[in-house]
Amino acid sequence: MANICGCELQAHRPEQAPKQPHTHLHRVAIVGPPNSGKSTLFNKLTGLRQKVANYPGVTVEQRTGRIRLAHNREVELIDLPGIYSLDPRSEDERVTHDVLTGRMPGVSRPDAVILILDSTNLSRHLILAAPVLSLGLPTLVVLNMADALREGGGALDTSALAARLGAPVVLASAAKGEGLEPVHEFLNRQFAVPHPVQLPVIQDIPKCRAWASRIGAEASYRAPAPPVWTRRLDAVFLHPLFGPLVFILVVLAVFQTIFVGAEPLMNAVEAAITWSGSEIGRLLPASPVRDLIVEGVWGGVGSVIVFLPQILLLFLFIGILEDSGYLARAALIADRTMAKVGLQGKSFIPLLSAYACAVPAIMATRTIENKRDRIATILIAPFMTCSARLPVYTLFIAAFISEGPFLGPFVGRRTAAMVGLYILGFLAAFATARLLKSSILKSERTPFVLELPPYRRPTLRSLGLRLYDRARIFLRRAGTVILTAVVILWILAHVPLIDGHAPPIEHSAAGTLGRALEPLIAPLGFNWKIGIGLISSLAARETIVGTLGTIYGIQGDESAPGLQAALHRDLTPGGAVALLVFFAFAMQCMSTVAVVRRETGGWKWPVLQFVYMGSLAYLGALAANWIVTAWIS
Amino acid sequence: MDLPRGREGVILDLDLPEDVARRLMELGFVPGNTVVPARSAPGGDPRVYRVDGSEVALRRETAVHIRIRDRNDCFSDE
Repeated sequence: MANICGCELQAHRPEQAPKQPHTHLHRVAIVGPPNSGKSTLFNKLTGLRQKVANYPGVTVEQRTGRIRLAHNREVELIDLPGIYSLDPRSEDERVTHDVLTGRMPGVSRPDAVILILDSTNLSRHLILAAPVLSLGLPTLVVLNMADALREGGGALDTSALAARLGAPVVLASAAKGEGLEPVHEFLNRQFAVPHPVQLPVIQDIPKCRAWASRIGAEASYRAPAPPVWTRRLDAVFLHPLFGPLVFILVVLAVFQTIFVGAEPLMNAVEAAITWSGSEIGRLLPASPVRDLIVEGVWGGVGSVIVFLPQILLLFLFIGILEDSGYLARAALIADRTMAKVGLQGKSFIPLLSAYACAVPAIMATRTIENKRDRIATILIAPFMTCSARLPVYTLFIAAFISEGPFLGPFVGRRTAAMVGLYILGFLAAFATARLLKSSILKSERTPFVLELPPYRRPTLRSLGLRLYDRARIFLRRAGTVILTAVVILWILAHVPLIDGHAPPIEHSAAGTLGRALEPLIAPLGFNWKIGIGLISSLAARETIVGTLGTIYGIQGDESAPGLQAALHRDLTPGGAVALLVFFAFAMQCMSTVAVVRRETGGWKWPVLQFVYMGSLAYLGALAANWIVTAWIS
Repeated sequence: MDLPRGREGVILDLDLPEDVARRLMELGFVPGNTVVPARSAPGGDPRVYRVDGSEVALRRETAVHIRIRDRNDCFSDE
């Protein structure tokens, strides 16, 4: 131990010597603080060769990817969560710490580390270098955002910094792809452990900060001028008057994207599915198998795939907002409103995504550090009107509400009904949040701490990878959960065979099931056919449209006039409104149940959520049926 | 911390629970560093603070527990 400049130092000794100092690499971890461009570098290096999994027992995502090197060798790159220190306090820090020290069960210790730091904010980011270098793994220090450093008039002597840190240092820009050759060289080379250097005692932040300043000064670090564009943009986006205005415009634009922007694309996908379905039908001989493929598989799965353009457009929008840095400002503006129901600004982003789909929204709650706030956000997210509810709403509104002016000539009755359902879900979410935060999830008000990154231009690559990821997850779901549900239902509707022919629907297995459910749902104004629809919609809400199509013997399509007319004849207005209310509240989505179980680490919360939302849906539908029936008569 | 916008202060200490203080220090609120209040959400809360090369937003209820010395001879550019 020595004491230099008031900074306690300890000799750097590797915790454990690597197996062989001169060997080829197999696993390399990327470590860095949030907003240092870690994922950008990871995406740049690995491209589409990525996979995402969860570390055992925790909710932290494990992203790995492969890079092909010279001589047909491959190296596995691990993208560790963004951290400010290696203190195992938060779950992210503990995972990073455990992986880097080889204590994570089932994950072998990486052979080397790429430490990525933001060169425009080096004095603060260098703090992380001390604990990472003291691990004793071969380390390459990548100082990212070199372009921003240069443009802001900043400078740095990388070789002087490398000498102080005892590890190679490169200036690079992951977003622009410049300065990445040394990274490839590092991965290709056989290299040695870093030189022993003196590092500060890593538990003491003020001392580490002083150490970082001194090292920075010795490497002639000159910080760049403050980002002019960020200040100019914030003068508008955080303006007392224009700020909220822009915020509202952005939220409206998100909805506009869902409803109007996606429509032509969805129509095109639908036409393609219908056309290919009939082409396949023409190729196969007439048989129950053909009906299963064309009506069950193609029709059922197709009715879900139609939503792909809508979901992708929404994620493109959210991706642009997030990568540009605007979402952090939106969270800041939303904080006061969210605080009124006991939540915080960081809950805003997941709740906005939940309008597309609750599954990614629930995954996005990971940015909320406070566990109780996070669980509350997870529990209310499925109340937001996700795109899977849209076909159900569209079908029943079209069948039961005639078009006509409601508020002046521009807002029609059908539009008003749709907006009303959105408001209903929103109110249920906020009332539930309030209830939770004043009872079982009551917590000390934990501080809201939000780092605002400088505005950046989103890269096409990162947006493209996001969309690719979403599309893959969505199609996998359509190909597994929804496909299974649709096929099972189709079979239940066609057995037992009578004289080799499918029975009338009321005598089929599905019909028996629906009639068994009838006493329970009759008070809501639902008949046994709706009962079958409800069972099938447990897998995914939108399945009910295809199911009702099968039951009424009509091609399932929410815009089909035949199905609308059949429903209109078969259901009372009270029952129809009750069904809309039921769908606004109930948690009919197995994917959401599964993701809540994964993210909360057990069955307690998903079961509670399912029962709560189901009870609310039942009581809400009961009240709706009763009110509408009384009002009409 | 109760400074008018744009006025520089020097952080003296953080009168906050240890884990919160640590988190804030990791983000730059280290005693001795300069902090400048900047723009805020509508209504003035939460507010953005410029500290150690970053911009970090805090609610007023947290910021009041950061003790600072007003560097009143020094006005920033805003």
